[in-house]
Amino acid sequence: MPRRTDINSVLVIGSGPIVIGQACEFDYSGTQACRVLKAEGMRVVLVNSNPATIMTDPDFADATYVEPINLEVLTSVIDKERPDAILPTLGGQTGLNAAVALHEAGVLERYGVELIGADVDAIRKGEDREQFREVVTRCGGENARSAIAHTLDECFAAADDLGYPLVVRPSFTMGGLGSGIAYTPDDLREIAGAGLHYSPVTEVLLEESILGWKEIELELMRDRNDNVVVVCSIENVDPVGVHTGDSVTIAPALTLTDREYHRLRDLGIAIIREVGVETGGCNIQFAVHPANGRIIVIEMNPRVSRSSALASKATGFPIAKIAARVAIGYTLDEITNDITGTTPASFEPTVDYIVVKVPRFAFEKFPSADPTLTTTMKSVGEAMSLGRNFTEALGKALRSIDKKGTSFHWDGEPPTGAQLDALVESLRVPTEHRFVDLQQALRAGASVERVFDATWIDPWFLDQVQLVNEVAEATRTAPRLTAEVLVRAKKHGLSDVQIASLRGVSEDTVRAYRWALDVRPVYKTVDTCAAEFAARTPYHYSAYDEETEIAPRERPAVIILGSGPNRIGQGIEFDYSCVHAALALRTEYETVMVNCNPETVSTDYDTSDRLYFEPLTFEDVLEVYEAELAAGPVAGLIVTLGGQTPLSLAQRLADAGLPIWGTPPEAIDAAEDRGRFGAVLEAAGLPAPAYGTATTLAAARQTAHRIGFPVLVRPSYVLGGRGMEIVYDDAALTEYVERALAAGDPARAGSMPPLLIDRFLDDAIEIDVDALYDGTELYLGGVMEHIEEAGIHSGDSACALPPVTLSANELARIRSSTEAIARGVGVRGLLNIQFALLSDVLYVLEANPRASRTAPFVSKATGVPLAKAAALVMAGHTIADLRSSGVLPVADAAVLDLAAPIAVKEAVLPFKRFRTKRGHLVDTLLGPEMRSTGEVMGFAADFPTAFAKSQAGAFGGLPTCGTVFVSVADRDKRAVVLPVRRLSELGFRVLATEGTAVVLHRSGVGSTVVAKHTQGRATGVQTIVDLIMAGQVDMVVNTPSGQGARLDGYEIRAATTAADKAIITTVQELDAAVQAIEAVRAGPFEVTSLQDHAAAAQARQAGTAL
Amino acid sequence: MTPAVLMLEDGRTFRGEAYGAVGETVGEIVFTTAMTGYQETLTDPSYHRQIVVMTAPHIGNTGVNDDDPESKQIWVAGYVVRDPSRVASSWRAQRRLDDDLVAAGVVGISGIDTRALTRHLRDRGVMRAGIFSGAALDDRADADRLAQVQAAPAMQGAHLAAAVSTTEPYVVAARGPDGAPLDRPLFRVVALDLGIKSMTPYRMAERGIEVHVLPATSTLDDLLAVAPDGVFFSNGPGDPGAARHEIALLRSVLDRKVPFFGICFGNQLFGRALGFETYKLVYGHRGTNQPVLDRATGKVEITTHNHGFAVDAPLEGETVAPHDGGRYGRVKVSHVNLNDNVVEGLEALDLPAFTVQYHPEAAAGPRDASYLFDRFCDLMRTHSPNAGPDSTGPDSTSSDSTGSDEEHAA
Repeated sequence: MPRRTDINSVLVIGSGPIVIGQACEFDYSGTQACRVLKAEGMRVVLVNSNPATIMTDPDFADATYVEPINLEVLTSVIDKERPDAILPTLGGQTGLNAAVALHEAGVLERYGVELIGADVDAIRKGEDREQFREVVTRCGGENARSAIAHTLDECFAAADDLGYPLVVRPSFTMGGLGSGIAYTPDDLREIAGAGLHYSPVTEVLLEESILGWKEIELELMRDRNDNVVVVCSIENVDPVGVHTGDSVTIAPALTLTDREYHRLRDLGIAIIREVGVETGGCNIQFAVHPANGRIIVIEMNPRVSRSSALASKATGFPIAKIAARVAIGYTLDEITNDITGTTPASFEPTVDYIVVKVPRFAFEKFPSADPTLTTTMKSVGEAMSLGRNFTEALGKALRSIDKKGTSFHWDGEPPTGAQLDALVESLRVPTEHRFVDLQQALRAGASVERVFDATWIDPWFLDQVQLVNEVAEATRTAPRLTAEVLVRAKKHGLSDVQIASLRGVSEDTVRAYRWALDVRPVYKTVDTCAAEFAARTPYHYSAYDEETEIAPRERPAVIILGSGPNRIGQGIEFDYSCVHAALALRTEYETVMVNCNPETVSTDYDTSDRLYFEPLTFEDVLEVYEAELAAGPVAGLIVTLGGQTPLSLAQRLADAGLPIWGTPPEAIDAAEDRGRFGAVLEAAGLPAPAYGTATTLAAARQTAHRIGFPVLVRPSYVLGGRGMEIVYDDAALTEYVERALAAGDPARAGSMPPLLIDRFLDDAIEIDVDALYDGTELYLGGVMEHIEEAGIHSGDSACALPPVTLSANELARIRSSTEAIARGVGVRGLLNIQFALLSDVLYVLEANPRASRTAPFVSKATGVPLAKAAALVMAGHTIADLRSSGVLPVADAAVLDLAAPIAVKEAVLPFKRFRTKRGHLVDTLLGPEMRSTGEVMGFAADFPTAFAKSQAGAFGGLPTCGTVFVSVADRDKRAVVLPVRRLSELGFRVLATEGTAVVLHRSGVGSTVVAKHTQGRATGVQTIVDLIMAGQVDMVVNTPSGQGARLDGYEIRAATTAADKAIITTVQELDAAVQAIEAVRAGPFEVTSLQDHAAAAQARQAGTAL
Repeated sequence: MTPAVLMLEDGRTFRGEAYGAVGETVGEIVFTTAMTGYQETLTDPSYHRQIVVMTAPHIGNTGVNDDDPESKQIWVAGYVVRDPSRVASSWRAQRRLDDDLVAAGVVGISGIDTRALTRHLRDRGVMRAGIFSGAALDDRADADRLAQVQAAPAMQGAHLAAAVSTTEPYVVAARGPDGAPLDRPLFRVVALDLGIKSMTPYRMAERGIEVHVLPATSTLDDLLAVAPDGVFFSNGPGDPGAARHEIALLRSVLDRKVPFFGICFGNQLFGRALGFETYKLVYGHRGTNQPVLDRATGKVEITTHNHGFAVDAPLEGETVAPHDGGRYGRVKVSHVNLNDNVVEGLEALDLPAFTVQYHPEAAAGPRDASYLFDRFCDLMRTHSPNAGPDSTGPDSTSSDSTGSDEEHAA
């Protein structure tokens, strides 16, 4: 059956901002879908609020709407574009929920739009717990005994019947949000209460516990001819109880016999048919009892999921791409397997390697959060590795995580006696560190049986970890580091660093030995068929084996280093830049991508000419380089687009003689080293905030007094604002230093790593600049004005482009300062600078000579492909060249285009995911440490509307009426009078704490005083926290009084976040919000595609030229 | 650790560690891409005289049990794996795999680059090979071992059915939907054991068929003595071109228009009985992920394969079977492999007979094709020579059926 001829235009719904549980895997799937649909000659209309995605690049769709994904906006887009069909299965839960909403609102019917991929019935059968349970029963499968509840009373009644522990799962939420395990009635009240809230249909499922069972997932595809294939099986090494997103998972499943596997497969096929996913993919999760094999079907996702991205990368079978094809009518046997080029897609991939995925967590960003891993996903990213066996893949995956303490080690003496008992006991509660912990326990002599008893991790996996311990011990005790010893170590995943540590020598020494003995990795190919057919797609992974499969080439290669697992501060934005480099350089070079993040577009084998799925460590990158050098000439390596991970390798790679493109490592150092950077600024006559360093409390106080409070303090060795705080007085400084001392090395009591102390520019306007420099000329890509004042990490801060309040003169100063820094540092490529403007002085806060988080936002907002231009500059093209070839426009961001639309970037924060041990949400206060996981863009003709759109895209949007609660710090009281007066005029009911109410009252703004949380506790009156929790407050304005989680502010903010209401924590944001509320009240948003924005800009430029 | 060497007849050598028994073995080396079911693979009689390479790296993880074997013994001539498991981890595991291999005297090798080996075989075709360890490795020169490998008999021309077949007939009782034995089976089938896997009679039995498994050397009289509603030819090792007795036996079954179904070797014999040639594939189909198109429905099934030979029949349209001037009437290719267009099924249009080259009984592998056993039942329902008061199927009034009755009565 060929493609349907009745569909000519398709609306693709993206997944919106990156959040925990919904990350760039949906950029990967959506990008694939857009590519396929365009290749099929369809008109592709895309809606996605996330500007950092590749899919929202104007080239990937015919009409790209970077707009909030909600009913109103989608309806406007449908009204404007009149698509024939909607493909909702590639945009995660967001896309699916949006499609259901459109159906329920009658929009699909009104405009005659068909859902392809999965229809509403199928979505409901797959997603609705009760309906799905019936599906399972009809398919002959077994469900966990369970009950559906819509109220807490129903929950308790069900618990009486099912007993504890109980698994609580809210309906229609993603990433397991709001789910958890209740051991007691108190737990149940807390978890089910939150779950009922998060569920859009106020429904939770309570289930008998299947904790500790094996967890297996299948990825299935079905076409309209009812052909079904299982693309991949995924086994969770962590048993049921840890969300699959937080589990170490492997492919293929390794601890099932054929009979058990096929029982799951038969059930899976029956379920996809019964649910009625007619054209597309789905993911089904099973639990298998480890002692008797009883199978329980846990759930299904009738759409492309995170696991399907993993399965695609794990097998080479591109699920999203094929899902898009079958959605428009092709059958699987009509689709060619890309990898072989000769066989059809109607088969089941078989692999001759093992794939291991390891999650990456960010608990360090949320120190008060409970680090226990549960059925609510908390990881922020993941790394995947392939190896010819489990141990090799596991070792590579663990080191891909790029975080201290995540790899196995054999340092120090293993614990004994009570210490060992305590360690084994601690394994009962799964945490981020469980694999290293269990490796240590096994190393210390705990038996596999004992560790199994604590973890319920299949003994096969535990034995493999024990095998790594044995290999490590053999490596340590071998009289000499022979080839045999090294090969064995390498075959079981030990890195040069680990071998060096075992042998007490340096990593360089191990490598020198290894190379001298010719113990080198070979590169195998991911070919979907275990070598049964020749592969024509160079998708490679390293292994210590006999034969390499790297093909020789003649064209020079450029190797692009990606950014590794997503983490807070380094995510999809960097993948965007890497992908652009690969696409931009393809015509001149053989592009070679190195990355280990399975969620990304960069690790799609379609993106570059060659793909190496490898850890981004010095050892692994060097070996890829050597392998490519053996295959043909290598022109250079790009290390400045993937964020801090590749950047940190630059110097060593350069020292090893590798040709680093773009900004040289010495220049990177010149920007990062405070002394050298200070000299650059001084030479250019640019001011920076006063600063100093200190290693003792006395010195810290002295420095602070010299500089003047408030000061910004942080340890000198950290990135991403980690541990950074703003300190307003001596007392707070003392507290900070004491904490730093307590956290320091106990062996060196009384001292600490150097503290950096900067003057904090209170009330300054913070400005972010992205620019491109070719050695002689600067192109100012974008100037972003932060909406919050300086002091909030730029990644968490909302910002506007073009800058809303800056003058032409200020822009000119920004441009000349940027140029001076670019020249002084020696940048070749992208440069990001943060400035602070205070009392007409433009301070330089920091400069990063690499692609920034904001590069994609700037590109979307200005229509200029910055990352592409950067790649070309690194390849030797000048900015003048790029201007004449049309890649860059003549005028840059220093020239104000008065008619240009305004783009607002807003950060999306993950606070809802993190609870303290006592079950309370962590504080949601913004600060100098970045904690957002993603971002959205609001794009409109004016700032208020753009800001309103950004709020709608980032969370539910601002309220247009109702009740606002205001409680601000003394220093902010003056500033809130006007905006609160306006809210009152707009009809908002104003609640305030006493102090704030008094100030408002004196200015003639009426408000109702409500009790603070701390007051209520003593008197029993209803407090603001009670009101918020009862849903009686629609918006909260709460600015913190200085540093620290002051109890009232914290309780207010946490309650607001838990209740999913708008929260404003700075005065500047309040001003913006009030303007935005007015804009929303003026009528529905107008929607404009990026392509239309670009056409308008071109028309304006043409007009100017005339 | 005991060193071991795998030597191919073209001289390529892989050095690894002994796995299973220490010693020496020669055979035809083939690879299977199945990721599960090593126990089923090892006990599949079709692998007789073959050294099997597992492309999946980890083998033995779930140990072995007494439920999963496809026959009473391990048949492979040698076993090549990359990473054998050190433990058996499954609630059904009774023993460790390597202990079984040692007990069965199966010589194997581990720790070699099985992917390089597979690519070699893919490019150059399957060939003879030997695994040597212990004294066979220590006491002899490479050249001697190579000579030994090259002296091993080739698979082409080998007649192996008798070596793997049961020597005594046995009956697998029919079972009802509840799994209990049926007093009155729906059908009675003679299954000629050319290397039959135990799942095959099981799949028939669960459809109410009483299966009489007979030795490969059985005569037509032996078959007819059972008064079968249908005859089945199983899978098995060897070159179909060398199975003269079996082909003759099959023709006499076809002459009597007894409903016939065959799997794998049975398909090849059917092809030859109809007068088509069979040929050796470069590296065969062995795995559990092969896409086969059922041309009757246009649907694709994912199937288990284990065959080195294939039938050479015209892919398109109906053909008059060449044997004896078209004595068996028209035939068509019912199933093809979508990877390489190899014939995967034959269907006679003027006789109640059909066969498939792959394994609807699975074990190991997917069960997508189990409907073929239902098709066999349908065929017996309409064409059984026993149709009449004895048959529980609907009485057929078609001329075909009457004809076969007459043939049988004659």
